[in-house]
Amino acid sequence: MNNNGLVKLFARLGAPLTDRLIKLGFACRFFVSILRHSPTSLLRFQLTMREIWFAGVLSVLIIAVSGLFVGMVLALQGYETLVRFGSSSALGILVSLSLVRELGPVVGALLFASRAGSAITAEIGLMKATEQLAAMEMMAVNPIARVVAPKFWGGVLSMPLLAAMFSAMGIFGGYLIGVQLLGLDPGSFWSQMQSSVDFRGDVLNGVIKSVFFGVAISLIAVFEGYDAPPTAEGVSRATTRTVVTSALVVLALDFVLTAFMFTGM
Amino acid sequence: MAIPLVRFEGVRFAYGENDILRDVTLSVAAGQVVAIMGGSGSGKTTLLRLIGGQLKANAGRVEVDGEDIGALSESALYERRKKLGMLFQFGALFTDLSVFDNVAFPLRERTQLPESMIRDLVLMKLQAVGLRGAAQLMPAELSGGMARRVALARAIALDPRVMLYDEPFTGLDPISLTTIGSLIRELNDALGAASIVVTHDVAESLAIVDYVYFVAEGGVIAEGTPEAVRESSHPFVRQFIAGQKDGPLPFHKPAGAYAADLGLEVGRE
Repeated sequence: MNNNGLVKLFARLGAPLTDRLIKLGFACRFFVSILRHSPTSLLRFQLTMREIWFAGVLSVLIIAVSGLFVGMVLALQGYETLVRFGSSSALGILVSLSLVRELGPVVGALLFASRAGSAITAEIGLMKATEQLAAMEMMAVNPIARVVAPKFWGGVLSMPLLAAMFSAMGIFGGYLIGVQLLGLDPGSFWSQMQSSVDFRGDVLNGVIKSVFFGVAISLIAVFEGYDAPPTAEGVSRATTRTVVTSALVVLALDFVLTAFMFTGM
Repeated sequence: MAIPLVRFEGVRFAYGENDILRDVTLSVAAGQVVAIMGGSGSGKTTLLRLIGGQLKANAGRVEVDGEDIGALSESALYERRKKLGMLFQFGALFTDLSVFDNVAFPLRERTQLPESMIRDLVLMKLQAVGLRGAAQLMPAELSGGMARRVALARAIALDPRVMLYDEPFTGLDPISLTTIGSLIRELNDALGAASIVVTHDVAESLAIVDYVYFVAEGGVIAEGTPEAVRESSHPFVRQFIAGQKDGPLPFHKPAGAYAADLGLEVGRE
């Protein structure tokens, strides 16, 4: 193989990496652009309110139902284990800590990415494919300020609220199983939970996690939509990428944040 | 000739290595309706995007109302776009807004007018395109021709100095086609604007425009009034006007030998 062939081989091997780096660079510039246009956008808060409705309020059902079932399963599984050690009264602590620290933010974020993130990408992608964004630009209206920033902030504001709702519904599910079905003492269930769950260490850290996840998912969703090739296939691929990338980023971020928050790194 | 509202001077534009426009010079004055014709992929829509500042020329100047569009900052560019109106190929209406809200969009976004005045202006614009009765419909309830007319009402909402039309006649029935054609002419005369119509539709556009530019191979290869164009002996213009399948614009995209592609010449090698 001559020199030229080798160069081509390395170029081909490195192409996926350089493509991703270039895309990451665009995403960073895009994020800066969103932040730059955010003050104008947030001043017209009704635009963001509309997006909170679409991304947040319309996700309430799936979040609430999933939270309830996850809490119920957690209580059933946890009871099985705890009862072996004679500490079934700690079920409330197990359910609440698992949900508030971990499952609420993470599973909430995964559901949010599938329900709202994909919808945001598809809407922006289709607006681009049907030249609505170009038309907006030609009407001297910046699409980043008018369309993208409100969707981004709508997602960022909705995510922690949805995660909190997921945890609350999960704890209620745990109560239904633990107290109503398995007959644990309700006073002990709630009081142990109250004394063991720390507001700052557990609840607040869970909220901080969900804020990070909200920023990540919303950014991925708006960027993938804006960057989508203006074709049917382009929009469908971008929508899939939003869900897959969001899930991976949420899990990776969760590991890093957990390492910092709960291991004292 | 009056001072041109739109002027291209030696404009070159390329997507990466691929030259789309090599050297384009043209001008459009106030009150004029000008057609830009050429085959698919000849760079006609690129010309419109250069005027709107959505693309920047690699060389040369694109002037709108005496200002070099390529040299403006982002905020200045958005300010200048208030002078422009553009009708997109399929209307590009906002699908989540009603017809009324679509036309009101630029007025609400770019002016401080009270809602009562916006309402009157929207109804006037819709009346101009004959669709005041459709104000409360959603874009999904409109036919292709109606959607194009609503988009036209929206494009003229801010009384632009320059109107750009990207393939306004594509996919329309004969009645809608004539309607859009006459609206382009009437609105231009009423606004005193300069209109640029990028189109394939020879018969309809020659009936309404003042001047025609033919774009091919990255430049303007022929130009003239509709009468001059009809009489032209330029081979490209003849092919275009007569709709001939083959000519300077070849029917076949350049490729290797047909027989070799079919494997018929293998034995002769």
